[in-house]
Amino acid sequence: MIQVCTLRRAMAVLPMAVMAFAFALSPALAEETQTALPKDARIVAIGGSITEIIYALGQENRLVARDSTSLYPEAALALPDVGYMRQLSPEGVLSVGPQGIIALEGSGPREAVDVLKKASVPIFMVPERFDRDGIVDKIHAVGAALGERDKALELAASVSADIDAAEALTKDVGARKRVLFILSIQGGKVMASGSGTAANGVIAMAGGVNAIEGFSGYKQLSDEAIITARPDLILLMDRGGANGITQEQLLANTALATTPAGTAKAIVRMDGTYLLGFGPRTGAAIRDLATALYGAKVRG
Amino acid sequence: MSDQAVVGSFAPYAAQRAGERGARARLAIAGLALLLCVTAAISLASGASDASVLSVLGQWMKGGVNADALSLRDRVIIHDIRLPRLVLGMLVGASLAVSGAVMQGLFRNPLADPGIVGVSSGASLGAVSMIVLGGTSLAPFTSLFGNHALPLAAFMGGLLVMFVLYRVATRGGQTSVATLLLAGIAIGALAGALTGMLVFMADDSQLRDMTFWQLGSLAGATWSKVAAVAPVMIAALAAAPFMARGLNALALGEATAFHLGVPVQRLKYVAIVATAAATGAAVAVSGGIGFVGIVVPHLLRLLIGPDNRYLLPASALLGATLLLLADALSRTIVAPAELPIGIVTAAAGAPFFLWILLRRRGMLDL
Repeated sequence: MIQVCTLRRAMAVLPMAVMAFAFALSPALAEETQTALPKDARIVAIGGSITEIIYALGQENRLVARDSTSLYPEAALALPDVGYMRQLSPEGVLSVGPQGIIALEGSGPREAVDVLKKASVPIFMVPERFDRDGIVDKIHAVGAALGERDKALELAASVSADIDAAEALTKDVGARKRVLFILSIQGGKVMASGSGTAANGVIAMAGGVNAIEGFSGYKQLSDEAIITARPDLILLMDRGGANGITQEQLLANTALATTPAGTAKAIVRMDGTYLLGFGPRTGAAIRDLATALYGAKVRG
Repeated sequence: MSDQAVVGSFAPYAAQRAGERGARARLAIAGLALLLCVTAAISLASGASDASVLSVLGQWMKGGVNADALSLRDRVIIHDIRLPRLVLGMLVGASLAVSGAVMQGLFRNPLADPGIVGVSSGASLGAVSMIVLGGTSLAPFTSLFGNHALPLAAFMGGLLVMFVLYRVATRGGQTSVATLLLAGIAIGALAGALTGMLVFMADDSQLRDMTFWQLGSLAGATWSKVAAVAPVMIAALAAAPFMARGLNALALGEATAFHLGVPVQRLKYVAIVATAAATGAAVAVSGGIGFVGIVVPHLLRLLIGPDNRYLLPASALLGATLLLLADALSRTIVAPAELPIGIVTAAAGAPFFLWILLRRRGMLDL
């Protein structure tokens, strides 16, 4: 008897709790159309490619801070770091006295963004797509936020031409090479990139084929999947110093060692922000990767 | 092994000693309350920015709103960032510490904390489900609750585990604490497995969100979050003093407690519901903040003894204080960026816990 009555009472807690949350819902902040930031506005850049674009537009004198993914150009490292783009602290960002924030899509958390809006800091969210038009749109969005549409138009045209030229290099190569991008090797287990990733995008633009099909994002591969993938080239991020994946680590994995890339020791390391940033340097990154894939054939 | 050491010294025949101890405990509680006030003031005054509390307070008191940009920024920092964070930090710290103390009393086990019965795992599962499936299968839930979808899912996850546990462990009106503990471990493992499956399904940005969520943070504190969890936490905290005498009696064994007139079954029920609700709410808004629930009651037992009448309020005060201190550290160590608070509490809590264990071992060896 006691059990029945206490359980029923306990069950009443759940809807009450749900209601408490529902009551607390605050109306979503309305998104207003934003005008460009004034010339003397103090700006925070969130996202590596955003920072690169701001530098490429020659507007770096307006920057007062950056996030931890903004590692290029080197001059940006001198700016205060407000933390990882996905884990911003609202007070930390406000402490640098920003009058505008230009952020890559996915910056957050949402609460931090809401608080920043409440503090009347205009925030420009720049969408990201892993193809040429994505980069062009990014440049236009940053240019619009800075009130430098003309400069952005120029930069977008040159970046776009650069990428087109780089993509054209591999237009006529016959058999496309298969590329396996490895994010990390933990305990001999390979974490590789599937579709929908920056690595997938840059591999396609360089005329290669992502050796991994059938999943999106970064996943651990089984030995059999590695062998089935038959990569001709293994692509890695160069983290500098001893942090990267070593040649020994790679070849210690029997499955990797037996792939075409493994037997030929076709292993390429490229700087992460350069290879995966999808910013002004992407054309050059594509050219480098294409050269690594097809050698003199594409050097044109 | 250690029941004696933890709670056994509260025994009727030591009434005189207990009286002295009571006076000392009351003094300690007053001291802790003072400490909390000082910590709260420091916490409100410190942060990455130089926002001045005094000038903002001055503006409030005058009632005039000076709308120039700098003062607006300061007002937002004090009113919308630091104050809700302060309140949330105190509530979460107090909830975790009191839940730990109540569970240790209930299970008569010095290692019990809310994590051990699977409530935290359930809450994690709820949160991770929202992170991974919030845009797809659970999209209607997301659009219904907006920013609160994640904490709400976490809270529901914690409560769900608690209800399942309660059903499993209760038969014929009697809740078996041993079954509850074991079932809690099993359900915790199941929740962990489901979480693992979601981790496998997640894309890389979701994985990063998850990692940060599990590290815990008070950075997302807003007034609406405070309003959402405060009723649950305050109700649970308010129930604690009524459990104190019962928990003291329970230390002598269930049968003895029953014969002393303690409604043992009801006590167990209230204790479980209160701790599950408080922990679920805490995990929901702040993610994984470890070690507060286990360290605070132990530290206080060394300081003021095991009497729950003093231990529970003292745990609330010290838990709140410690979490505010940890939060102040997390906000300032790497400013203008911010360290997840779970890192601070674990990094400071784990060595401290070891130290307590070493001390306790020394005492037992005597």
